[in-house]
Amino acid sequence: MILFALALLLVAGSGVPGLWLRTGGGKAAAWLIGLGALSGLAAAGMVLGGAAPPTLALLHTPLGTQGFLRLDPVGAFFLVPVLVLPACGSAFAVGYWGDQHESARRLRLLYGITCAFLVLLTAAAQALTFLLAWEGMAITAFLLVMAEDRDPETRRAGWIYLASTHTGTLCLFAAFGLAAGAGASFLFGPVAPGLAATPRGSAIFMLCLAGFGLKAGVFPLHYWLPPAHAAAPSHVSSLMSGVLIKMGILGMVRALALVPDPPLWWGALLVALGAVSGILGVAFALAQHDLKRLLAYHSIENIGIILLGLGLGTLGKSTGHPVLQALGFAGALLHVLNHSLFKGLLFLGAGSVVHATGSRDLERMGGLARSMPVTAGAFLAGSWAICGLPPFNGFISEWLIYLAAFQGLAFAHSHWPVLALAALALIGALAAACFAKVFGVVFLGEPRTSAAAGAAEAPRAMRTPMLVLAGICAAIGVLPVLVGPALARAAGAAAGLPGPADLGGLAHLGALTAVTLPLLAAAGLIWAWTRKGAAPRAGLPTWDCGYAAASARIQYTASSFADELVTAMRFVLWPQVRWRRVLGLFPSQRSYRSHVPDPVLDRVAAPCLGFAERGLAVLHFFQSGQLPLYLLYILITLVALLVWMVA
Amino acid sequence: MTDSTLVRSLHYLLHVLTALLLPPLIPGLINRVKALMAGRQGPPVLQLYYDLAKLARKQAVFSRTTTWVFLAGPVAIVAVSMVAALLVPFGHSPAPINFQGDMILLAYLFGLARFATVVSALDTGSSFEGMGAAREVTFSVLTEPALFLGFAALAKATGSISLSGMLASPGFAISRATGPLILVLAGWMIVFLTENSRIPVDDPNTHLELTMIHEVMVLDHSGRPFALVLYGASMKLMVLGALIVGPLLPRTSHPWMDWAGFYAAMGLLAVVVGLVESATARFRMNRVPQFLVAGLLATAFAFFLLQA
Repeated sequence: MILFALALLLVAGSGVPGLWLRTGGGKAAAWLIGLGALSGLAAAGMVLGGAAPPTLALLHTPLGTQGFLRLDPVGAFFLVPVLVLPACGSAFAVGYWGDQHESARRLRLLYGITCAFLVLLTAAAQALTFLLAWEGMAITAFLLVMAEDRDPETRRAGWIYLASTHTGTLCLFAAFGLAAGAGASFLFGPVAPGLAATPRGSAIFMLCLAGFGLKAGVFPLHYWLPPAHAAAPSHVSSLMSGVLIKMGILGMVRALALVPDPPLWWGALLVALGAVSGILGVAFALAQHDLKRLLAYHSIENIGIILLGLGLGTLGKSTGHPVLQALGFAGALLHVLNHSLFKGLLFLGAGSVVHATGSRDLERMGGLARSMPVTAGAFLAGSWAICGLPPFNGFISEWLIYLAAFQGLAFAHSHWPVLALAALALIGALAAACFAKVFGVVFLGEPRTSAAAGAAEAPRAMRTPMLVLAGICAAIGVLPVLVGPALARAAGAAAGLPGPADLGGLAHLGALTAVTLPLLAAAGLIWAWTRKGAAPRAGLPTWDCGYAAASARIQYTASSFADELVTAMRFVLWPQVRWRRVLGLFPSQRSYRSHVPDPVLDRVAAPCLGFAERGLAVLHFFQSGQLPLYLLYILITLVALLVWMVA
Repeated sequence: MTDSTLVRSLHYLLHVLTALLLPPLIPGLINRVKALMAGRQGPPVLQLYYDLAKLARKQAVFSRTTTWVFLAGPVAIVAVSMVAALLVPFGHSPAPINFQGDMILLAYLFGLARFATVVSALDTGSSFEGMGAAREVTFSVLTEPALFLGFAALAKATGSISLSGMLASPGFAISRATGPLILVLAGWMIVFLTENSRIPVDDPNTHLELTMIHEVMVLDHSGRPFALVLYGASMKLMVLGALIVGPLLPRTSHPWMDWAGFYAAMGLLAVVVGLVESATARFRMNRVPQFLVAGLLATAFAFFLLQA
């Protein structure tokens, strides 16, 4: 526990030296977070290796607390990305958000504090600690999003985030209160059997789902996520998308672990929400032009995949099918780790691209693979992983969830897994389409603007974290047995099984290595054979079917690449397209503009809230802003209360 | 015991040799059938072998727009097909590598090859190749769920979640679950034609870049990379073909007879593809999704029939 406390202190104080240092504050912060990460990872490694969960009782509250902080296997498993990502992000920030930014010091301090709250949250073993860390994380993250608060778009994103995170916290207060009223302690002890089936149990479940779902970005509660991720600096987006939204999943896992007998509809609802979130997340991602908004929608998709795993695991728990239970939870937990790694990597890569080109618009890029080879390689690795393609880590976790679904179909006689199966297949194909578009349009072909043509490779401080994350993604993908034992222990704890889940017997992780190693060897040999027969580059242009003087603008754009799919899904996406038909010979200049607004925020929430605001404008009469009037209100209230008490 | 080990390794050796050497024969057979149907002599059945030998000796030319990503497509398709061929049972003998969940790996390996091919097409910066790439990913969105729903139906019917169990299972004959099996195979036939860019989805012999899917993506490949593209495509044709013929093959009394049956069935599949190509025209591009949805519906119905 000393290691854990050390990690907490180092991370929390990482921004402090930078307050006084004239230069090098970023490096100091990166070193401190890196050291903290090492000590915290050691603690997590001990717990996942089978040591007894250490507890820390700082104070004995009247609630009868025996452990204020307790690092159990589930918490330790979540702690790994919570430490790895900030270590990489703070190193990235040295090159990305240097001291020339006026907000650099403030941002570093807040970044450390946010990470410390995240670390605290993984080990919170009591309702009060949990909610305190939850609120601390939410508020510091709001301040991080507001780093560039001179921009009205950023301010809007920040306020939307703040409002939605507090709504979520209110739901959690209600859920914890209801649970306490039903006799559950504030100590996250197991819930009495039978409670889950009562109306109160359902209410608690739905409130938890809303509260944690708002944080995780489950469709349709995802609306705060795309603007906030797009507006924040890239290393902050990487932290938010990689780790912060996973805390919603941590909450769900914690809550589900306490219930011994979840009703069947819980698992079914989780599977359905996962399918909706996954498919709509990737569908909206496909229609985006803004690199960081696109990545944010992919976070919604991946949260959907995680929910599919959780749902299958819960179905297994309800139907008493331990194989389904173990595989579902293992897949979900591993996808939490994997998504943190590759989405963190992708956001850092996006940051590097934005840093070099000064734009987030996909249509203004192109050809960056030649000027930024390292960023391109790392981004390709991340794209590969997020599409779930072997031999990267995304495949391993999706494979476990698929395996759970197939097990459920073939042996558990449940109908819900087929929904998970079809949804996963659809999500996989759409994600591959989306990342082929992103990688192709940003990094390949010819530069579309002069900014893209003049882009330069990122400095080493930014390249190294990307390469580290890409390396971890590849390592887990090729050698999944490395994470097997730790995953089994965490999944066993999350699923409520008596011991570690028997992953070795259920899923042949070694067999995947036996396939991917020959794959890599074959690819290497073929590559060498191909290179040998290649002529030196003659500098010829691409075959353009005989057109003379083709410009970079005739290349397929991101919009045209996704057009067929977006048109096919127009009933869901409702794209807004403005263009004028090209008529006659030698037409004059024409423009084409398409945009896909967010269905919840732009189509439902904003109009409804605008309407409500106009309706409530009547109340402005009372808000005159004059102090005497407010004193009068207080007086009237006091008198009214007095009358009420006497009467 | 040593005897059975020897026999098994002989089977595996035959499996590997079949996977490596046989594929270029199949497009040759298809073309011969098409030529005969059209009343022509047609190229020799071994034409693709000659083409590959010739391309391997030719120098490759690279556009100045391309990067190392350009080679990823050709390399990936051959490497993936080699490994995928080890996962699929040819006929009734189990595949050299089989484990629970290998069908998921198979589908994702081909997903990997598709991703690499698409990215390599986009690397040229050509709008034609971008167009082909966009079509390829669009159609894969419908074929992928069809493939998986077929796996789901077979898993349900055979109680096995490995390819060797689903396709080469001893207990699985046509007599059991006939209706669903026919539907799965019909759906997969559509997937097979689409994934291998055959008529009626894509025409490998058309002369207009605007109307192609797969061929337009590899316009800029030449020399050894192009040889890899052709070889990889023929391997994919055989591996996906083995998925379809596997459940149909009657089980014979002797394992070596099973091999003969498998070769005959692959030949028959080539003839069927040739007949389909001779009898139908390519669909208009906006009609293709309807065709693919039909495949998806077939596999979904197969699954629901098994539920009932």
